[in-house]
Amino acid sequence: MRVYLDHAATTPVDEKVLEEMLPYFTKKYGNASSLHSFGREARDAIERSRERVAELIGAESEEIIFTAGGTESDNIAIKGIAFRKGKGHIITSQIEHPAVMATCQHLEKKGFDVTYLPVDKYGMVSPEDVENAIRDDTILITIMHANNEIGTVEPIEEIAKIARENEIVFHTDAVQSVGKIPVNVKRIGMDMLSISAHKIYGPKGVGALYIKKGTKIEAIIHGGGHEKGLRPSTENVPGIVGLGKACELAEKRMEEDMKRMQRLRDKLIKSVLEIEESYLNGHPEKRLPNNAHFRFAAVEGESLILSLDDKGIAGSTGSACSSKKLKPSHVLMAIGLNEVQAHGSLRLTLGRENTEEEIDYVIEVLPPILEKLRAMSPLWKR
Amino acid sequence: MYSDKVIEHFRNPRNMGKIEDADGVGEVGNPVCGDLMKIYIKVKDGKIEDVKFETFGCAAAIATSSMVTELAKGKSIEEAMKIGRDDVARELDGLPPIKMHCSNLASDGLKEAIKDYLSKRGRE
Ligand SMILES: Cc1ncc(COP(=O)(O)O)c(C=O)c1O
Ligand code: FES
Repeated sequence: MRVYLDHAATTPVDEKVLEEMLPYFTKKYGNASSLHSFGREARDAIERSRERVAELIGAESEEIIFTAGGTESDNIAIKGIAFRKGKGHIITSQIEHPAVMATCQHLEKKGFDVTYLPVDKYGMVSPEDVENAIRDDTILITIMHANNEIGTVEPIEEIAKIARENEIVFHTDAVQSVGKIPVNVKRIGMDMLSISAHKIYGPKGVGALYIKKGTKIEAIIHGGGHEKGLRPSTENVPGIVGLGKACELAEKRMEEDMKRMQRLRDKLIKSVLEIEESYLNGHPEKRLPNNAHFRFAAVEGESLILSLDDKGIAGSTGSACSSKKLKPSHVLMAIGLNEVQAHGSLRLTLGRENTEEEIDYVIEVLPPILEKLRAMSPLWKR
Repeated sequence: MYSDKVIEHFRNPRNMGKIEDADGVGEVGNPVCGDLMKIYIKVKDGKIEDVKFETFGCAAAIATSSMVTELAKGKSIEEAMKIGRDDVARELDGLPPIKMHCSNLASDGLKEAIKDYLSKRGRE
């Protein structure tokens, strides 16, 4: 059996999404800037997608620009504010995705001040901490909506309120939350919000950035003026069409998908936590409905992932051994785990196509794998 | 990323476990990523009669521990002392460069076990 439980890394493209994309490669291939019918066809498709994206997050379509993915959306938003202001202070968290964290670190090198707020043991940012970190020269708050590793959903509504009261621009990386849980930019009171298509059954290499009307940012890429001059380059029409369709499907299916995945996820968590010295990372309730994140004492994550892979199960880990830099996940360090504890981490993220049978298979296969790895671990008590 | 041989040793590690009445025990920590390896040896007539390992680490760490025990078994103390990380990696048909430090751990663990044996014997 092959069981894909790494949907936080990426998702398959939904058949319906692919179907809608295909004509834009070979038949409706026009450049959306062209005046002829080929161009208009492409332009219409882009604008329809813009409406679908806007609809999913409760925005106006003119508040959406298309980008080449979540990373690019984050960069355009954060650097866009920084470059416009020229100097100042940015507030972010210690558990951001590298798309935000590395961008902030780069800005630090360029002379901006950045506060990286700590989180509690569940990975929660405290709105109070945000408020206390605000300075006269704070130009931007960027705190993710849902964490990609441990699934914790941050109190962005409260943070948005604080940002508004202090007249500071608030950006959130919602790459993991949009399409999985309800996100409404007007209700939350967002200024900017990043989306990526490949996390919601759309294609890789396309995303969107919501920019509230009136929020002024400087372009970081220069060219032919596409997407309000903020993301010039001939539009990736098939990709954009795919993102639009993925958003439409997500909106239709969300309630049902959430319920189904959460039930399977809860079953998985309950059974796995029965294993000796196993723990749940992230918030017990305020977490994405498809995220399960564990820690097993005396076991190393890469060995665990490869052992699961032998059984056809795909997951991921925050272990130092599996990272390119041989450093444990910064998120797991931020929630207070030590290196050894971070080693034994396992993230399993469910998707639409997962079945109860698959979850039962994981529940059956995991304990003997842990037993084997523990039997050879000098850290395991006997 | 790993050779078939690494994967094979990772799946079926040789000489895994503990020797209760070991003549020498080597314990080494990986300074790079913070993992841990323990090598146990049993020595008879100057030869490594039995050797076992316990490892908390990645697939490369498990495979190199397994391989180092295979290489050491039956060898004289002097020969076993000469087993280096490159020998272990070569026998496994190579390791990704980023994982060479795990191979270090295995050969160091064996050396520590032999040193432990020698120092214990010196005391007797
Ligand atoms: C929270 C978060 N932000 C940003 C990204 C980057 O998105 P993309 O891969 O589309 O650049 C990801 C996905 O890896 C993510 O999980
Ligand atoms: S033991 Fe950590 S990388 Fe090999």
